[in-house]
Amino acid sequence: MIRSAGLICCLLAAPAAADEIWVTNEKDDTVSVISIDTLEVIATYPTGERPRGITFSKDYSVVYICASDSDAVQVMDPATGEILHDLPSGEDPEQFVLHPNDRHLYIANEDDAITTVVDTQTRQVIAQIDVGVEPEGMAISPDGTIAITTSETTNMAHWIDTETQELFANTLVDSRPRHAEFVHDGAQMWVSSEIGGTITVFDTSDQSEIGKIDFEVPGVHRDRVQPVGFEFSADERTAFVALGPSNHIAVVNTETLEVKDYILVGRRVWHMAFNADKSLLFTTNGVSGDVTVIDVANRTALKSIDVGRFPWGAAFRPTQ
Amino acid sequence: MSRYLTALIAIVLREALRFVHQRERFVAALVRPLVWLLVFAAGFRAALGLSIIPPYQTYITYETYIVPGLCGMIMLFNGMQSSLSLIYDREMGSMKLLLTSPLPRWWLLTCKLLGATAISILQVYAFLAIAAALGIKMPVAGYLTVLPALVVAGLMLGSLGLLLSSFIKQLENFAGVMNFVIFPMFFLSSALYPLWKMAESSELLYNICAVNPFTHAVELIRFALYVEFNGPALFWTVLAAAVFTVAALWGYSPRITGPRGRG
Repeated sequence: MIRSAGLICCLLAAPAAADEIWVTNEKDDTVSVISIDTLEVIATYPTGERPRGITFSKDYSVVYICASDSDAVQVMDPATGEILHDLPSGEDPEQFVLHPNDRHLYIANEDDAITTVVDTQTRQVIAQIDVGVEPEGMAISPDGTIAITTSETTNMAHWIDTETQELFANTLVDSRPRHAEFVHDGAQMWVSSEIGGTITVFDTSDQSEIGKIDFEVPGVHRDRVQPVGFEFSADERTAFVALGPSNHIAVVNTETLEVKDYILVGRRVWHMAFNADKSLLFTTNGVSGDVTVIDVANRTALKSIDVGRFPWGAAFRPTQ
Repeated sequence: MSRYLTALIAIVLREALRFVHQRERFVAALVRPLVWLLVFAAGFRAALGLSIIPPYQTYITYETYIVPGLCGMIMLFNGMQSSLSLIYDREMGSMKLLLTSPLPRWWLLTCKLLGATAISILQVYAFLAIAAALGIKMPVAGYLTVLPALVVAGLMLGSLGLLLSSFIKQLENFAGVMNFVIFPMFFLSSALYPLWKMAESSELLYNICAVNPFTHAVELIRFALYVEFNGPALFWTVLAAAVFTVAALWGYSPRITGPRGRG
């Protein structure tokens, strides 16, 4: 009875763990863990070489990390930072996406022009799909029926039927497509093109192009405006687009496809992740080696937090 | 005590009335920093952002950086303007009337100082309102926390103006003040560029900037606008204000100005 009371007291006295943002540091071979409460780095864990893509399992019990130069997807215990095991990933895995079944990882192998599908439970490769040259961006529809790979050099979005693990469509986009996302319950699919400086919006039902978003940051040369990662607000009416070396995040109205605002962040902004209620957005700034925190409602940058060298990917982890 | 208060109200009201009647002075006081903000800052826009330095928590544009410096500029010019008005008063004879009052001379000069500071604070708030309308906003609490910093900075720059006016005999000599006080104080400070940038080009210039009391006044304002306290800046600004005030009171003492005052 006394022990139970003591335990309850301890639990009450212990501060509640804050939600976290996990960031891969491409040049440091580490991941930095940021506390969303204090906006400070609370842990740094070593990884394989050149970590880039990062995502959590559905129950957040493990975190998957693309260790590109180690040619592996590493599986880490987020509670301890210990690498549990590697998954076979094919060569140079850069980005990946976890199927809604929480089991199949679709991995872009940049050097091999293939997309590898790995079963995270059996740790076996279940399919390898030929795609365009230098695949990078990966997305999966909310119902899990369509996977997308974008190829940087072929300038295409490749549409994969996840039932057959075969391509059923290829659509041209502007130069060097980097990132893809489904939106509006999978009705639309967006692809960013780094060199083209655009985002192309597709109708998922027939893979036709619905529109294109252009960016023009005042005072910044057009060549520096390079859209890469992007995410959607909770109501999906707004998209936040990282514009690479222009050091800005574009705020886009998803209905009119017009840019409403630009937010100044750190140098060479690449990818981003929201907190739980999507009130804060965390952007990875490669060259300045920090993460900028954006107040989504006010569209203002609040703080930039130093992490490791060349932060690349970001993922949210709830702890409560 | 009431005589002191009456004198304070009368002198501050006179300053306020003079300010209200000289609308062009108010406009000029706002146009000057706005030209810097809209024209000069546009040329140095730094659209890719300035490196993070305290009190800023993230990357800022150049327009955002120079706002505190331009607040200081308003107070610097206002301090000098009030010294100009003292010289004018002396030439017109109204200074004689003021200094022959039965109240102590230090109190009369302090009233002048407070009046000038109050006017410059009004100008700074008008400038901050226009800057906010142009999209250059500070944290909401910063508009309140900057008030004590503006009082300290205004008193320091006002007392400098008072000191200068005690040594300048004629209005014509005021041009020298522009060249030898205002411009060096403004350009050799952190108002327009961060001190680390100055250190990159010249260690000597950096050291001059670091001891310039105007730098500390600007940094005091900058930190206060972001709801942060800068102890060293406050210390050096208060110290400079005390030294300038004592020197100005000495400059205006009857032994120096003669039994009837210089006016």
